[in-house]
Amino acid sequence: MSTTIVPPAPRHGIAPGPRTRQRPLTATTGEGATARRILIGIALAYLFLFLGLPLFVVFQEALKRGVAAYFTALREPELLHALRLTLLVAGIAVPLNVAFGIAAAWAITKGKVRGRTLLVALADLPLAVSPVIAGLTFMLLFGMQGWFGPWLKAHDIRIAFTVSAVVLATIFVTLPFVARELIPLMEEQGVTEEEAAVTLGASGWQIFRRVTLPNIRWGLLYGVVLCNARAMGEFGAVSVVSGRIRGQTTTLPLHIEILYNEYDFTAAFAASSLLAMLAVVTLAAKHLLERSHHAARARLIREQQERQS
Amino acid sequence: MSVALERVSKRFGEFVALDEVTFGVDEGELVALVGPSGSGKSTLLRVVAGLERQDAGAVRIHGEDAAPLGPGDRRIGFVFQHYALFRHMTVFENVAFGLRVRPRRERPSAREITSAVKDLLQLVELDALGGRYPSELSGGQQQRVALARALAVQPRVLLLDEPFGALDARVRKQLRQWLRQLHDEVRVTTILVTHDSEEACEVADRVAVMHEGRIAQIGTAAELSRGSANPFLESFLSDSTRKSGEKKINYH
Repeated sequence: MSTTIVPPAPRHGIAPGPRTRQRPLTATTGEGATARRILIGIALAYLFLFLGLPLFVVFQEALKRGVAAYFTALREPELLHALRLTLLVAGIAVPLNVAFGIAAAWAITKGKVRGRTLLVALADLPLAVSPVIAGLTFMLLFGMQGWFGPWLKAHDIRIAFTVSAVVLATIFVTLPFVARELIPLMEEQGVTEEEAAVTLGASGWQIFRRVTLPNIRWGLLYGVVLCNARAMGEFGAVSVVSGRIRGQTTTLPLHIEILYNEYDFTAAFAASSLLAMLAVVTLAAKHLLERSHHAARARLIREQQERQS
Repeated sequence: MSVALERVSKRFGEFVALDEVTFGVDEGELVALVGPSGSGKSTLLRVVAGLERQDAGAVRIHGEDAAPLGPGDRRIGFVFQHYALFRHMTVFENVAFGLRVRPRRERPSAREITSAVKDLLQLVELDALGGRYPSELSGGQQQRVALARALAVQPRVLLLDEPFGALDARVRKQLRQWLRQLHDEVRVTTILVTHDSEEACEVADRVAVMHEGRIAQIGTAAELSRGSANPFLESFLSDSTRKSGEKKINYH
């Protein structure tokens, strides 16, 4: 799943002009206008049914009893706590997995470590294992009866049913996202740019900062977005290890489920709308970063052109 | 002697890439290493650059043992077959890279860097394209940027690894004549790796033919064209080499 996010830059800095409207189809692919309309129709209906409608229903349900009730539900201290906890957990898990993802991808593709196949397989493990099982494994390790249980108890450290457990489980579940995004990308890019940099006298850190990192930044950004979305939305593993102590270890998804089970639909959907908005904010941030980059680059090329003419 | 190899060996697993190669390049000389793929010519170049470590033997650059020096400390310029330009940097930044990464004390001022880069871009006839990105250039232009980038650090030795291998025949021919002129201008000691014996004979002062990790023969194009008792050389140095060798004799 290598994603190239950067579109090819317009040659000679000429921005693509106003697109010719409705390119008539298409001697090359051979579909007629009808087939084309049907295909587009199916795609749009699918998107609406599985993406648009649920999102709409969330907000509609949240606002059913009026805007006032919606905002009252949002001011609920337990919900605010769940929101803060979710942000905290994502704030710890995402940077750690970014660091791990870059290190692992570098080691596998550029560092030529032994046992790379094993490393790739291991990094994929959290995707293959059900989050619930992941949660249970953590309980087996850190629970009272678990492997490290006696040792932890002797040192007066509690992990099971605490925020630490929530953080650990989230790290585990979101571990592959950045690495998986970067490995194919770095594999494809090879090591010659790094070799060129080293012959030009760059130090290891300079090579990483000035050559490797800029080359992977868009893949990295995408990995961060996926990782963050999963970190904020994770339910299964967190549900097991947190013990669901209301107002203490409940993240937003857990809190939503609790509210829902208590038939407090307005509050449940208000909280859901919050989580949905966090996702939208993440995607918007990614989009804006990409756009500002392309705008800056287009400006640079334009200036260059003007200077020459 | 600008570059000297003394009984340098290198193997990759079972494969012997270099087998006790002894070989020297004089100051300001342009030597071509030619041979079929797998003959060890690229490995030899990478060993001189420090990108590979030899298993045995010594590499000297200007009489100094290069063993303790990493690739960045050898003052070499390396040009790769597929250019290896930094794709996210403009042409200007690519050429400036080697100067910008110097430790603060040795780093030229911003103005000095700008003027050095401009001079180099002029030298490779690309002064109008400093703001472009590598993907916006043709292959021949990219390779000239790579050459300017390598020259920016004022290398003692220039190492070219199949620099024209990825270009089409016409551009290749132009560029090698241009390279010869450039070398006459800059006079930096150069080792050129190529699998094209015609190219080697046309560009280089001396040609070393490599075969199975050894240097089978070394000499000027004219000397090589006089033929050899070695059946491999006979077959490798095809008629084209002969002809260009004879041309050389006519010119002198």
